[in-house]
Amino acid sequence: MSSDVPTTTSTITAAGAAAKASVAGVPHEPGVAKPDAILTVDHVTRRFGGMTAVDVQHLEVQRGIITALIGPNGAGKTTFFNLITGFDKPSSAPKLIGGPKAGEAAKSSFNGNEVGNIGATKVAKQGMVRTFQLTKALSKLTVLENMRLGAKDQPGENLFVAMVKPLWAKREAEITLKAEDLLARFKLLEKKDDMAGSLSGGQKKLLEMARALMSDPVMIMLDEPMAGVNPALTQSLLGHIQALRDDGMTVLFVEHDMHMVRHISDWVVVMAEGRVVAEGPAGTVMDDPAVIDAYLGAHHNTDLGDDSLLTDEVAEELAAEVTAEETAEGKA
Amino acid sequence: MDQFLTTLVAILNSAISPQTAALAIAAIGLNIHFGYTGLLNFGQAGFMLIGAYAFAISIIGGLPIILAFLIALVAAVLFALILGIPTLKLRGDYLAIVTLSAAEIVRMVGRSSLLTNITGGSNGITGNEYRGPFTDLSFFGDGRIDFGPWNYDATGSNGWWFIATAWFVVALLCLFVWAIMRSPWGRVLRGIREDEDAVRALGKNVYSYKMQALILGGVIGAIAGVVYILPASLQADSMGRSMTYFIFTALLLGGAATVFGPVLGAIVFFALRLLVQGLAGQFVPGTIMNGQQTEQFAWIVIGITLMLVVIFRPQGILGNKKELSFDVK
Repeated sequence: MSSDVPTTTSTITAAGAAAKASVAGVPHEPGVAKPDAILTVDHVTRRFGGMTAVDVQHLEVQRGIITALIGPNGAGKTTFFNLITGFDKPSSAPKLIGGPKAGEAAKSSFNGNEVGNIGATKVAKQGMVRTFQLTKALSKLTVLENMRLGAKDQPGENLFVAMVKPLWAKREAEITLKAEDLLARFKLLEKKDDMAGSLSGGQKKLLEMARALMSDPVMIMLDEPMAGVNPALTQSLLGHIQALRDDGMTVLFVEHDMHMVRHISDWVVVMAEGRVVAEGPAGTVMDDPAVIDAYLGAHHNTDLGDDSLLTDEVAEELAAEVTAEETAEGKA
Repeated sequence: MDQFLTTLVAILNSAISPQTAALAIAAIGLNIHFGYTGLLNFGQAGFMLIGAYAFAISIIGGLPIILAFLIALVAAVLFALILGIPTLKLRGDYLAIVTLSAAEIVRMVGRSSLLTNITGGSNGITGNEYRGPFTDLSFFGDGRIDFGPWNYDATGSNGWWFIATAWFVVALLCLFVWAIMRSPWGRVLRGIREDEDAVRALGKNVYSYKMQALILGGVIGAIAGVVYILPASLQADSMGRSMTYFIFTALLLGGAATVFGPVLGAIVFFALRLLVQGLAGQFVPGTIMNGQQTEQFAWIVIGITLMLVVIFRPQGILGNKKELSFDVK
């Protein structure tokens, strides 16, 4: 893994171009088949009482690219995340007695293995590691301990091996080295001996992401990685996420920040009311009138909060637009 | 002054007594549950009772002492499995309810008159019935040994043999806890204490780790039960809810999630009680508080101490403020 972080997020790396090219020929329709799908989900529904929170009939996630999952609040994005990572069980899961008909039961396969009903621990062991919308830093462990906990294949995590330090000390040293390397990348190295609870919200996000990387995941699932992160950090986080893709990892993330989605995603999946309503590259999907109406709003292309982007030209454009709208309203 | 000396001697005696060691051992077990893993076990006395009954009944049944001891450990493992299998997948509060009632069930069954010829019913089993094989193991010889302010029989019940083995077990368990809690295994437990889901997301089998912790702490509780009854007698009511409460007090007083906290807590717990009782007996006139009342007063002070510790020094005497084992705010 390279330690240099791209300074501008719009830089298109070779790997990025390849990722975009890999899904270039895919039709822009919901539930479309991908040429090299790492994750395939079928018939996943989740009901809470009478309300259907998630109803995804078919979805494929292309290997080695950054896929964004967007949608309005309550669209079922996080629930869907929980369902595929094993933290929640689909209502359509196959049951011993009753349950859905064969062929209509929830089914998901990841990297060639069935991961439908195996629980969160085993899903993570298969290499699909997630982070949480509300960060789950282990507050009363130090930052370094948090990182070490993420590592795989530590024999000392077995009770009987644990009693004899020489049996796990070597692996521990490797883990520590890797943890420090990752912490340096995420600019947390000087905090390594602090309790994770003393970190700021944004730093906890970084820590959680770094911790997830300790296990060398095949696919990383980020639930709102940018929420609560300051703009300076956002830049470097974007760089980190792109670097993950460039290292060959598959990234699926939920995000509300449309700039981030636009900048780094190679493919966008739009959910609304539990269903996948649109799919395609960022540019195409965001021009889809249905998506604009349901979620983005007419001014989604302009960042109204970022003054540095608000050049005179843009300001004039906006002013003209407002005038035009007012005139239109006046006429009506 | 004489009376003060009497109190001091009583405190020194209680500080090294096997009963104190037993409380320390039970607190070490509870520390694995509550301090490190965050499991709310309100039935540690039940584990003690299980161990004590299994040990005493096996010896009376004619089994060798080593085998009887192993049976006590196996009984605790089974008890932990029965409690853990249905509850460890649920939220922590459920384990608290189940352990609390399970410990009561063990006590009620133990003192039930139907089982009088096995458990001795509410009268329990006198020490002489099971103490023999343990006393025979002693290599301390006969006679009395003076050591500093302490003067005891070498081998007789409440003698040096019982004291030495009890504290040897305490030392061994402290070493054991230190060794496993610095390991990656201990790190997973502390992670679970902070947030199960986060640990699950990292691919660790949380259920299995919680079960291991419950079994390990329970087995240590059973050892505490054996140590507790060896110099005394086995009486179901001596290991009831109040015992669980003493264990929690000792643990929180000394400092949860520390290696020596439970040991220090157990010693301070008894010392504090005797100190309060001694001082009250000496300075409060008998017309206000008689002998029996000073003892009750001492328990009240212990209760208030527990409250004050939890509110003002939640990390206990030895704990690290940054690594509180529970959130008070």
